[in-house]
Parts: sequence; C-alpha cells; structure tokens
Amino acid sequence: MLRLLALLLLAIATAAAPAKEAAPAAQDPVLEKRVMTLAEELRCLVCQNQTLADSNAPLAEDLRNQIRERMREGNSDAQVVEYLVARYGDFVLYRPPLKATTVLLWFGPLLLLAAGFAVLLRRLLRRRSMEVAEMTAADRKRAAELLAGTQGERR
Amino acid sequence: MNRFVLPLAIFAALVALLAVGLTLDPRKVPSPLIGKPAPHFELPLLQEAKQTFTERDMLGKVWILNVWASWCVSCREEHPVLLELAASGAVPVYGLNYKDKREDGLAWLKGMGDPYKVSIFDFDGKVGIDYGVYGVPETYVIDKLGVVRYKCIGPLTPQIVKEKVLPLVQELSRA
Repeated sequence: MLRLLALLLLAIATAAAPAKEAAPAAQDPVLEKRVMTLAEELRCLVCQNQTLADSNAPLAEDLRNQIRERMREGNSDAQVVEYLVARYGDFVLYRPPLKATTVLLWFGPLLLLAAGFAVLLRRLLRRRSMEVAEMTAADRKRAAELLAGTQGERR
Repeated sequence: MNRFVLPLAIFAALVALLAVGLTLDPRKVPSPLIGKPAPHFELPLLQEAKQTFTERDMLGKVWILNVWASWCVSCREEHPVLLELAASGAVPVYGLNYKDKREDGLAWLKGMGDPYKVSIFDFDGKVGIDYGVYGVPETYVIDKLGVVRYKCIGPLTPQIVKEKVLPLVQELSRA
C-alpha cells in the first residue's frame, strides 16, 4: 500500500514537473509559433539586419511581447503588421509594400534583366547579318556559268 | 571607341548611386509619425508618481518631447545641449524617461541638471513603442494642435538645434 502511494506520488510529481518549467514561454505553442512566424517577417530597428524573431535587443523583445499581446486580443496578422508600420514605418517590413516610391525597388531588377536581354538580342542579330552566306553546289555552278559567259540558267 | 561610351556611362551612374548611398545613414529611419497627431499617453511623473501628465495638457503650445534614459550613453552627450535650449526659454522641453529605474533617472537629473519642465516615467517602454522610439535619445517637436512636426533620432547637437529645431519652433509659434 505504501509502495503504491509512493509510486502514485512519484507519477504526479513527474507529470507536474515539466508543465511547471515551461510555463511562461510556451504557454500556448500555437500562439508562440504564430508570433515567431510573423516576427521572421519583421525587421528589428536596433540590429537592422536581424529579424524581430532573431534579435536579442530589448526593443525586439518588447515588440515580440506586443505582437503576442495583440494576437491574444484577437488581432489578425495584418492588423499586427499595421500596428507596427504605423509606429516604425515600412522599414519594419522585410517585404516592402508595392507603392509609387517602391516601384523601382520591385521592378528595377526585372527592368535590368530586360535591358540585358535587349542588348544580347541586338548583338546576336547583328552578328547573324554579318555572317558570310555559305555557297551551295548549285550556287557555285551558277557562278561558274555566269563567269564563263554561258546563259544556261536564265530566268 | 563609341561602343565604350554606353557601358562607361552606366558604370558612372552606378558609382554615383552607390556613392550617394554611402552618405546616407541607415539608422535614420524616417518616422511615419511626422504630420500625425502625437500618440496619446497618460503617464506618472518621474518625480511624483501620483501625478500624471498627458500630451493633451500641452494643446495650444509648441513643445519638445525628449526621450532619455540614465543608461543611455548618447544622452550624456546631448544633455548640455538640452540644458542650453531649456535655459534659452525658446520652447518648453518635456522629458520621457524611457525604460529606466526611477531612482537612476532622478539621480541623473540631480547630478547633471534638469532641463525638463517635467519628466514622465515610461517604465515598460509602451509609450516609447507608440512613439516609434528605437534609438534613445529621440526628440519630437509637437505643434499647437498636438501634431508631430519633426523628429530627431540620436542626440541633438547645437547645429541641429540652431538649423532645424529653433526655426521650426519659431514658425510653429507664429501659426
């Protein structure tokens, strides 16, 4: 009986232990995953080449907490992003939105690629037109006839 | 000869573009707050926890909100500039003590002089987030209607005060 009680106590203790340890951070793994996925898309303003998810800056931590809090309140990802953009500008986004000032940013590389193709195409065409046309056997025969003054192949 | 002109021109344009890029400071992120109403806050004073201050108290006045902290190294550099600006009486300067310990903030003001009409105490930095603070010190010029008109990221220098802040304050005060 005593042994059974001890076993029962042990079972309860081990079951309770991990739950206690992981309490604050991963209270809600689904939410936590959502927070981190969104934070991967956002730039930390202190260490500008790190995402909010990667950065250890105190501000990044605060902002992650803000994201978490807002999500818990039922905000959508878009609403959370809007909240941050209103405060820190488009700079927080790793994918800048498409607008008049960012058109060149979005389509500049495509434009350069198109220009490159245009140059390449022009060069190739020019090279082809410069190529010496190869003479066929019939051409040679006709040329020989013309040079010889005969008029065998008049049109 | 002619065939080198175009590539050379493209290369020169690229160099010019990159050279301009080098002179820009990537840490100076333009604030989306300019031209928008100053975000609302109501925070306790650093000196007097029971008393609160809100940006609405300042409607009808042109004022400066300076974000500072005792742990902030650049604030030390900026401090004499703020003291001088406050002493000139050109514009009231208010402080936002950002993510600091109350006793540290108070000790700083005691030791280095207090340029602020009052300092408000933003312990958890939430008001800082509303104002888009990411690099203390930061300074905001707010007009009579409570609209943010200018933001300086990093320490104010005598040059910035003379060339940007004071002319703007004069212009806004006339309005």
